[in-house]
Amino acid sequence: MAKTVEEIADAMFNMVKEAQGQKKLKPMDLTKAMLEIFGDEVDKKLCKAAIKQLVDSGRCVYTYFGGSFLELPHREGAAND
Amino acid sequence: MAETTYKTPLLDELEKGAWPSFVKEIKMAAKRSPMANDLLGQLEQSYQEKIGHWKHGGIVGVMGYGGGVIGRYSDLSEKYPGVSHFHTMRINQPAGWFYTSEALRSLCDVWERHGSGLTNMHGSTGDIVFLGTRTEELEPIFEELAKLDFDIGGSGSDLRTPSCCNGMARCEWACYDTMQACYQLTQDFQDELHRPAFPYKFKFKFSGCPNDCVASIARSDMSFIGTWRDDIQMDQSEVKKYVDGGLDIQKDVIDRCPGKCMEWNGKELSIENSFCVKCMHCINVMPKALRPGKDRGCTILIGSKAPIVEGAQLSSVLVPFMKLEPPYTEIKDLIERIWDVWCEEGKNRERVGEFIQRVGLGNFLEAIEVEPVPEMVAHPRENPYVFYEEYYEDDDGEEEEEA
Repeated sequence: MAKTVEEIADAMFNMVKEAQGQKKLKPMDLTKAMLEIFGDEVDKKLCKAAIKQLVDSGRCVYTYFGGSFLELPHREGAAND
Repeated sequence: MAETTYKTPLLDELEKGAWPSFVKEIKMAAKRSPMANDLLGQLEQSYQEKIGHWKHGGIVGVMGYGGGVIGRYSDLSEKYPGVSHFHTMRINQPAGWFYTSEALRSLCDVWERHGSGLTNMHGSTGDIVFLGTRTEELEPIFEELAKLDFDIGGSGSDLRTPSCCNGMARCEWACYDTMQACYQLTQDFQDELHRPAFPYKFKFKFSGCPNDCVASIARSDMSFIGTWRDDIQMDQSEVKKYVDGGLDIQKDVIDRCPGKCMEWNGKELSIENSFCVKCMHCINVMPKALRPGKDRGCTILIGSKAPIVEGAQLSSVLVPFMKLEPPYTEIKDLIERIWDVWCEEGKNRERVGEFIQRVGLGNFLEAIEVEPVPEMVAHPRENPYVFYEEYYEDDDGEEEEEA
């Protein structure tokens, strides 16, 4: 049975959460992982929608460190408060 | 009104001479903007110490978008509090950089209310660049820009803001409507522009003719350069007027033709169009006498980049000729196939041109379902891109039989 956007978003969120502070994940890393885990139950379009939901809801944010990554919102090290 | 408060002997040197000076502009802004004032102080210190004092990158942006804001903080924030946060915003420019004066005033008003007031019109990306604002001002700026029908541009690993020459709006040589193509592809690829999902940056640039005024062949991953496939239009009487007016047609036109396709017999100019390489030189020298042909479209090239991870590259031909007309279905399909393959197989921070070099053009063409054609060969007998597998297999078989 095909997965829903919410299910994929949750799975992606968990991956980002587990990797936080250890490895920066690009959106394509997440998409590839979902395709590997869920096989025919997901496709790239669904993954794209899941990433959009994660970012629009504020659960994840895009960051830039020589390339663009998805991370949990956090206080950035360079910030001057 | 505050005056500049820093002594800037090194920066002052950059005000000398007849050319425009960014120092002069920052000093003018510094009379009204504490941010611009502290920028002068930090910049002078950087020049003295030969050390940059910016911390770059990070998390800043507007809600939902992953590009368009380039985070920048000062590492001397106590000394120069005005530039403690000094983020850059890239704003998507109108196609061809056409503005009403009202639009320009509105943009500047937004920026003076929420930022340093310093702009760069335009950045090398083509965007309107707003230089220097604080994190808490990003959302209000975004909101005000939206009301003015402006949007943020691209940055990071996404589709960068597409840009084009002003094409048919100003130029008689435009071979397709660059502004419409640029606008339409910008609209159609909004997700790719605002939500970074690529291995690295990807740029489109649209030039209306081979003069390539936006330098798309050198500055974009995918270059759309206007061209024609029939004969150069020629008015012999105008050619004669140029010659009578003192043009040395042999030296200045014919001898400089890279295709060696022109002849002048003292009365008439003849062109062997099958040898023309569309360099535009003759047309540029004699614009009243020569014009691009009537069957116009564009050549699509792929792979140029500046030296970042690897060295600089120029784009090479992917599609020798395509009519670039609405609804642009054919080109959008091709772009999506390229992105699919590159996103799937590309390494982190690998531009599409580097990716093609790594996997080989033959494999790349197979993956994007494009047939190899002779125009893709940059240098006959030197180009390793096209590998004639069947040819070699046949040969190998013959050799085995002979043995």
